Amino acid sequence: MNRFSYARPGSVAEAVREVAAPASKVLAGGTNLVDLMKYNVERPAHLVDVTRLPGLKAIEETGEGGLRIGALVTNTALAYDPRVQERYPLLSSTILAGATAQLRNAATTGGNLLQRTRCYYFYDAATPCNKRVPGSGCPAIGGVNRIHAILGTSEQCIATHPSDMAVAMAALEAVIRVSGPGGERDIPIAEFHRLPGDTPERDTNLGADEIIVSVELPAPRFATNYTYLKLRDRLSYAFALVSVAAALDMDGGTVREARIALGGVAHKPWRVPEAEALLKGVVPERGAFSLVADRILEGAQGFGGNSFKIDLAHRAILRALSQAAAGTPQSQTDKRIQ
Amino acid sequence: MHETHFGSPRSRVDGPLKVTGAAPYAGEFTAPDLAHGYVVSSAIAKGRITRIDTKDALAVPGVVQVFTHENRPRTAFRSNAYQDEVAPPGKPFRALYDETIVYSGQPVALVVAEDFEIARYAASLVRVTYEAEAHETDLEKVQAKAYVPPVKRQGISPPPKPRGDSEAAFGASPVTVEAGYRIAVEHHNPMEPHATTVVWEGDERITVHDKIQGAQNSQSYITAVFGLPQKDVRVVSPFIGGAFGSGLRPQYQLFLAVMAALELKRSVRVVLTRDQMFTMGYRPDGLQNVALGANQDATLQSIRHDLIANTSTFEDYQEATVNWSAMLYHCDNVTTTHKLAKTDLYTPADMRAPGAPTGLFAMESAMDELAHKLGVDPVTLRLRNYADIDESTNKYHTSKELRAAYQLGAERFGWSKRNPKPRSMKEGRELIGWGMASGAWEAQMAQTSARATLTADGRLEVACATADVGTGTYTILTQIAADALGLPMEKVTTKLGDSSLPKSPVEGGSWTAASAGSAVELACHKVRETLFKSARGLDHSPLANADIERVTFHGERIALVSDSSRFVTLADALKAAGVEKIEAEETASPSKLTQMRYNSFTHSAVFVEVRVDEELGQVRVTRIVDAVAAGRIINPKTARSQIMGGVVFGIGMALHEESMPDHNLGRFMNHNLAEYHVPVNADVHDIEVIFVEEHDTLTSPLGVKGLGEIGIVGTAAAIANAVFHATGKRIRELPITIDKVIGTAEAA
Repeated sequence: MNRFSYARPGSVAEAVREVAAPASKVLAGGTNLVDLMKYNVERPAHLVDVTRLPGLKAIEETGEGGLRIGALVTNTALAYDPRVQERYPLLSSTILAGATAQLRNAATTGGNLLQRTRCYYFYDAATPCNKRVPGSGCPAIGGVNRIHAILGTSEQCIATHPSDMAVAMAALEAVIRVSGPGGERDIPIAEFHRLPGDTPERDTNLGADEIIVSVELPAPRFATNYTYLKLRDRLSYAFALVSVAAALDMDGGTVREARIALGGVAHKPWRVPEAEALLKGVVPERGAFSLVADRILEGAQGFGGNSFKIDLAHRAILRALSQAAAGTPQSQTDKRIQ
Repeated sequence: MHETHFGSPRSRVDGPLKVTGAAPYAGEFTAPDLAHGYVVSSAIAKGRITRIDTKDALAVPGVVQVFTHENRPRTAFRSNAYQDEVAPPGKPFRALYDETIVYSGQPVALVVAEDFEIARYAASLVRVTYEAEAHETDLEKVQAKAYVPPVKRQGISPPPKPRGDSEAAFGASPVTVEAGYRIAVEHHNPMEPHATTVVWEGDERITVHDKIQGAQNSQSYITAVFGLPQKDVRVVSPFIGGAFGSGLRPQYQLFLAVMAALELKRSVRVVLTRDQMFTMGYRPDGLQNVALGANQDATLQSIRHDLIANTSTFEDYQEATVNWSAMLYHCDNVTTTHKLAKTDLYTPADMRAPGAPTGLFAMESAMDELAHKLGVDPVTLRLRNYADIDESTNKYHTSKELRAAYQLGAERFGWSKRNPKPRSMKEGRELIGWGMASGAWEAQMAQTSARATLTADGRLEVACATADVGTGTYTILTQIAADALGLPMEKVTTKLGDSSLPKSPVEGGSWTAASAGSAVELACHKVRETLFKSARGLDHSPLANADIERVTFHGERIALVSDSSRFVTLADALKAAGVEKIEAEETASPSKLTQMRYNSFTHSAVFVEVRVDEELGQVRVTRIVDAVAAGRIINPKTARSQIMGGVVFGIGMALHEESMPDHNLGRFMNHNLAEYHVPVNADVHDIEVIFVEEHDTLTSPLGVKGLGEIGIVGTAAAIANAVFHATGKRIRELPITIDKVIGTAEAA
């Protein structure tokens, strides 16, 4: 862990000024950043502790029937908020599929969106990694890549984004409100995280001088037919090999609108709106789901250790859509898959 | 002997200390002048350091010194000084010895600073330039160069001589199976990382707190390597936060901490990080092949089990892996082989039941395949080929209640309701599989000494240098001592983990209960004799005409067996003795005569239910019954915990644990507990432990065999067999992960 200066601003405006300092990092729950600092992966010169900022710990109603979640709302507070449980059960369930109770108590909404990949090489400062040291190479390609991406990869990086929460938020089309020197702006979640391309060192489109202040959920529509199905190397406390957030807005026996977001397969929560559109007006059954899965996974590429994910993702999409259609969401406590 | 505590469930005597945080571990001891060391690890697997630049690190305020191969103090020249009690043949690794790199993660520098964070930061500023050479860490690539180790490792039986002609018998067998098996490399990953705190006592004397399974092993290592007299080095390690074998050998942080302390003449602590826990020993990689031949009546005609295991370039690590296949069943034609191949990795290390779960995963999977092919029940196949003696060495068993274990385990599990057909049992979406396997592990006794001291206040202290690695040794020794003198457990204190205490080998091999337990009992009996003499000598003693065989020590009294109303209290006997304390030190040794005629093993029969979501490849282990035959059980409560812990370890081996090597970099990559998966609560369901009654008068005077390892043996095989029964898929490489379940075709 390197030496750093530390600031604890008292207002969002002050925090924005602090993060403008070179090589600064925002510290909230610290569940990821502090680990990375110990591993000498993150070497911030300046830490901006936002945990005391006023007004960012509330969950409030928006004018449009949605909810605005403060950036400092913990994963636990969000998952167990009665309004979230009732109106956005997909989000609640998804959060509870992640990490452990202890971590969820500390992790925040904003921090969760900004957590970094679990790529083995990114975490090991003794190895090359284009995300950690641009231009140094990607040993995951041709190396150990069991947990790596199959979609949207580049020759520079095949890392995945590890968040569960962000996958549900992608399906729900959340909007992220950020604050910078020029004031606030909204970033739809689909545009928040980036694909690695030639700049794998950049995970998101958040400006270096911006901080997340809240996440807004649009008016609820998917509180009945939804599921979050997470497949991993043990039954709890492991990052997803493949996860699927599925939500169906039903019109009697047919689908009015479908939302499907995948976790563990790409550098960002993976959505393919054209695939979702295939379900519009359709009776939900496995044949249709299979076409959707094919479309979502078009262009998927394995790298040896993770090649099984293509098949697994296909199977997971089918099962998740079946669960959503049946209105039997995956339990996050009983590990038997419905 | 009146047994109040022996055989009864007792809570751990060290429990309150542990749950309140009062039990001190190696990295928690401190001293006013304590400096902190942080290890810099090699980034390459093979080659040499051409330059090591410590200037920036040394410039950080608070840094005391940076040790490298260029400035390290001189230590013993001869490599055999670095041997330890359980070292395999070869030249032990020597940290900072020279510029040569022999494995990735090898320590190349130690930064010592006034504060841990300063040391860690400065360590990131040490710049090492390497000249890399081509390395090979892939066992498959070096298997052609496999060799039979020329020097056998002490204490490890090499594969027994072949008996009969397995090749001809295999050819003549009407029913055969043959396949290759492999388990992933596993690292021990105890909760407590390896750590050493060296307290500088002045005058070249040190007290060392080391994470070690035998304080005297570290002590003799330090004295040999640093040329110190034994009286100046005391190793005190009262508590170990799990080790599973990783603490048998002194690890490099011990060397580094002692080196720094002696050089700086001050106290030094070195704690390894979790990722550095992947830069030491591990359960080896191994390519196994098993071929079985049988007659239609399910009698085994031929067994062949071959293994090529990896070792380092500098030591020939050996463990008993294939031997189990030669002793477990009656068969006239048996060949087992064990070869090694050198890889540019660190030397493997003993890890819970070293060799047994590995070898028996292969053998017991093969037996399951054979049962399926023969169309006989897996338990029936094992009973039909039951071995009454150890045919691999032609010795009797001291006791062997494996038959009862099969029967009791099967009964409790409900095995008779099993439909033998794979894929025949289903509930909802899940396929249900029932599988079983046998387990075996050595029941040994090793020469061990203990001291018992009864003081005038009626309190007893027993002491032995062995370690309690979390298994319950403090508790069982307290029980044995309390019974020997008729005391409540509260009046007995057990002291362990200190090199100044009576001599003991490392805690390992499941021998501690039998060995230290016997030594404690012997010492206590010596105290008993003195007490009894004193009691008999009292004026008008009710025991005046009794001999020691005719009295019991119970309820703090010495009473006649025939009439418990005639007694002398311990207090009176002590007073009569007129001494401050009665002390005795005794040594318990195994009987050489018994060892010539008998072998001793613990056995188990493991029954497992799995539920498999086949479409998604998810396996859940919903039920395990482990029937264990292990002689007398001292404490059913700690014993059950021991076996459950072993079973959970077996679940990990079967489904989760895997150290993933990057052969391009020659390095294990998933070196943290987020990516190296061990079972969590959600992975562990019902585990029932049954102790089969087994009378054994030969293994140890206590009739005890030891339980540290038998719980893991057989578990992984039983799970793999259950997965086959559920799905019809035979997965021969562990761990059984989602990709293997969905990617394996059903067996023909």
